[in-house]
Amino acid sequence: MSDGVLRLEGLRKSYNVGLPTEVEVLHGIDLQVGRHDFAALIGPSGSGKSTLLNVIGLLDTPTQGELFLLDRPTSAMDDDERTALRGSSIGFVFQFHHLIQAFTALENVLLPLMVSRGKPDAETTDRGRELLKAVGLEAFAGKRPNELSGGQQQRVAIARALITRPSLLLADEPTGNLDTHTAAETFALFRKFNEQFGCAVLVVTHDPRLSDSCDRTINLVDGVIVSDRAR
Amino acid sequence: MWIEANIALKFLRQGRIQTALILVGVAVGVAVIVFVVALINSLQGNIIERTLGTQSHIRVQPPEEVNLRPAAPAGTVELLNEDKRPQRLRSINNWLEVQAALDGLPGLKAVSPMASGPGFARRGEVLRSVSLMGIDAARYERIIPIRDEIVEGEFRVGAGDAVIGRQLASELGLRPGNKLRLEAGQGRDAIVNVAGIFELGVRELDARFVYLDLTQAQALLGLPGGVTQIDVTALDIFAADASALRIARLSGLKAESWMETNAQLMNALSSQSISTNIISLMVALSVAFGIASVLAVSVTQRTREIGILRAIGTTRRQMLGVFLLQGGLVGLLGSAIGAFAAYALVWLFNTVGPGLFYIPIGPVLIPASMALATVTGVLSAMAPAWRASRLDPVVAIRYV
Repeated sequence: MSDGVLRLEGLRKSYNVGLPTEVEVLHGIDLQVGRHDFAALIGPSGSGKSTLLNVIGLLDTPTQGELFLLDRPTSAMDDDERTALRGSSIGFVFQFHHLIQAFTALENVLLPLMVSRGKPDAETTDRGRELLKAVGLEAFAGKRPNELSGGQQQRVAIARALITRPSLLLADEPTGNLDTHTAAETFALFRKFNEQFGCAVLVVTHDPRLSDSCDRTINLVDGVIVSDRAR
Repeated sequence: MWIEANIALKFLRQGRIQTALILVGVAVGVAVIVFVVALINSLQGNIIERTLGTQSHIRVQPPEEVNLRPAAPAGTVELLNEDKRPQRLRSINNWLEVQAALDGLPGLKAVSPMASGPGFARRGEVLRSVSLMGIDAARYERIIPIRDEIVEGEFRVGAGDAVIGRQLASELGLRPGNKLRLEAGQGRDAIVNVAGIFELGVRELDARFVYLDLTQAQALLGLPGGVTQIDVTALDIFAADASALRIARLSGLKAESWMETNAQLMNALSSQSISTNIISLMVALSVAFGIASVLAVSVTQRTREIGILRAIGTTRRQMLGVFLLQGGLVGLLGSAIGAFAAYALVWLFNTVGPGLFYIPIGPVLIPASMALATVTGVLSAMAPAWRASRLDPVVAIRYV
């Protein structure tokens, strides 16, 4: 399994466990994601895509089954361990770009490293600037998020997701809030980083044009993977 | 720690109006506390100074005389009708030894023996009852700086000289250089020269105190070589009762501190202190609740940002730190402003106020209140910070 980034075995997730309203959202998911995968996770609303993404991103814990991230089992980890692993090996891009308003674009990009290592050194800052350059925003390094357009903010968020050189980039409807042109540009960035840094990309999307341009399409319906095919 | 401080500062700076409001709240609270405490301390210091300006901190006297009676044989019922004994004027046994022992006792500033008793001052037909006080001038001056209170003549109690109060001087029409006849009963009397006139500012004392040489007073009172009391000044006036207790145990004599003899004053002072403390506590509490509520609002407003920070690897402990630091910073900054305001208030009071007394601000008050405000800030941030650290990132990120 040395080529695997992520492996899910019989993963189940229920909400309101132990209550009369208990409901199972994911019904036994088996999934593997390799180091260079560029996969789309699609499915109708309420199929459990976001839940699955949260569990994969170690933001949420499965009720049953095991999740291996970089061959490490994660279900027995405590919050601090999961937070550390999440911070070092997973990059997040959300639908509503989610930058911290009090920080500049560059600081937002550096934030994951500042959180884990403290004050950034010159090398780290350079890496942040390079990433901003890679997303075409080197001129906006000192701007605050509210001075940037939606597309620009999303690109800052992508740069932030990549600053830790994560093994896995998770994106939840990353283009859901952008116009077609900007969406295509943003998606091109994912592709570029997938090839350049060799980080696996898993994108939750509704947009068939985006999912069609992925190498692999995983279709989740009612908490079950109904199809998983490479292009 | 760096990142927590960084995020805390940026959050505070971003929430401009909220931060400004709570800073003002903390500042007002600290200013009130500092000003009131300084005012009350100075007021109390003033009262104590006035009280102790005319008396020693501890008065050591011979133990009271009690009736001695043989114990009744076992098995007898005893009916007792006892008259208390009148307290004669008596000398302290071996007072020189006691004085030497007190001189060596730590915590005391001055020790002064005195032979005192009742007497009359007579000039012509006019008779006034007075208190004859024989003192060792050099030692006594360290208890009550009587030299500073001389209004006419000089402070000199050598052989044949006496120093009297202004009230007595005017009642008897005396001026420095005049003669005065002192009578102590049982045919003992002396004619002394009025060397100086003092004014302690307490009418009763200015009418009764007659300072004499120790030897002359001993002769007048019929206590050759004896003293009736030893006055003691403690280094710390509020340790006077402890010192008195020690002296009493050590010497077997009766030692009374000013705190015992002025029980009502002490009572008033301590009630004042209690009310000051209650006011300070209430103000501090309302400041604490102010900080807590502003931070609680901030946690709610920043729920989504907290979620993102958690998602990108911020630990719960770091999240906790961010909000605790915000509380501490608000306390520290606000109290610095408040301390400055209190300084200004005190300055105003001292320069254009009623001028009744001067308020000094001790060197400890301001750093202590700032430290207290900072700790209060951290403590009041606890509940909101805890909530921030426990937010579920999944829920927080989707929070709108």
